[in-house]
Amino acid sequence: MPQIDQIAATYGSQIFWLLLTFGITFFVIGLGMFPKIQGTVDARDKRIADDLEAARKANVTADELEESYRVKMENDRSEAQALVEASKAKASAAAEKRKAKSNADIAEKVATAEADIKARASEALKEIESVSAEVAQDMVAKISGAKVTKAAALKETKAALKHG
Amino acid sequence: MATEEGKIDPMYQFEVQTIFEGFSLGGQQIALTNSAVWMMVSVVALWLFMLGGMKRELVPGRWQMMVEGFTGFIDNMMDANIGPAGRKYAPYVFSLFMFILFSNVLGLLPVGVLGLHPFTVTSHLTVTGVLAILSFSIVLIVGFAKHKLHFFSLFIPDGTPLPMIPFIFIVELLSFLVRPFSLALRLFVAMTAGHILLKVLAGFVINSSNAGAGYGVLVGIPSFALMIGISALELLVAVVQAYVFALLTSLYINDAENLH
Repeated sequence: MPQIDQIAATYGSQIFWLLLTFGITFFVIGLGMFPKIQGTVDARDKRIADDLEAARKANVTADELEESYRVKMENDRSEAQALVEASKAKASAAAEKRKAKSNADIAEKVATAEADIKARASEALKEIESVSAEVAQDMVAKISGAKVTKAAALKETKAALKHG
Repeated sequence: MATEEGKIDPMYQFEVQTIFEGFSLGGQQIALTNSAVWMMVSVVALWLFMLGGMKRELVPGRWQMMVEGFTGFIDNMMDANIGPAGRKYAPYVFSLFMFILFSNVLGLLPVGVLGLHPFTVTSHLTVTGVLAILSFSIVLIVGFAKHKLHFFSLFIPDGTPLPMIPFIFIVELLSFLVRPFSLALRLFVAMTAGHILLKVLAGFVINSSNAGAGYGVLVGIPSFALMIGISALELLVAVVQAYVFALLTSLYINDAENLH
């Protein structure tokens, strides 16, 4: 086995070259390059973590915004609802008032018209009575020759008219 | 690969060959060897790989994603095994993991097709031993620097009855001291065994084909099919062994960092 057979003759050179090459590896690559690559990875990890954190924050802000927007929307809607409700009530009240007023007007008109009709009817009746009384007075005078006073004739006629 | 006529030596791949004589240091010849070249290839390949991940874009491309996958993997491992204090050891464990991973995988590449001689750096006990000792030293230094002599309480599990403490202490101390050896041997053995197995099977294919078409069909083709499966398995072992080395290192550092 050359590893054992040659060990006495070659250990010096092997150790020398190993220490030299491994020393270069350690100082140039281990201490020089390795931490830089580590730094790159760490910086990237930090960047990713930061970005994720920022995204999370933005998400929270967006949620808050949406919530406030929703609340505002809700408020606006209820406000509008109230406004609609109020104007509706106001309009219906005004309509009611107008209706009542016109009803009163109509009733008044009807009442005057009825009173007028009544007055005219009674007037007409009086006319009929006086005419009938005169007719009755004339008829009595012509038929029986008896003289009937105007008042008695009127009284009789009224009674007759009343019975139909 | 063939050393003698008709004989294929599966151990030849582990031989360290001198390319350039180099210099002498404390009686040892520090030569530029194939092992050293493959270590450099590993480092350069790793550097190129990491360079692709250095664009530092916010949205990573494929290559950057791959590199960040590896760094994230080690980061998670340190975090899971040691906790927040583990971050400062991540560069070391990352270097360890990537160096072993690249050495293992590069040693498996079929560069022999191009006439090159593939060599797995981590199949040498010297290399895995040095890496294990490095990890173990870090554990010792961190442990004693952080907890002073209180570090020895690591060897006494919670709730040990008083008369048992000396025995438990010795057992735990031994298991602690065995750690660098098990760490080094595990990687060395896993790499060596797999490569020997592949070379032996490859030798079957060549030798049986040389012996005749009938042998080639009878022995060579099943061996080749087995090699394909074992190559996939070896690729897995290369990754798993690098992972195990890094994982155990992080567990040992956790002992030193947090005691129990």
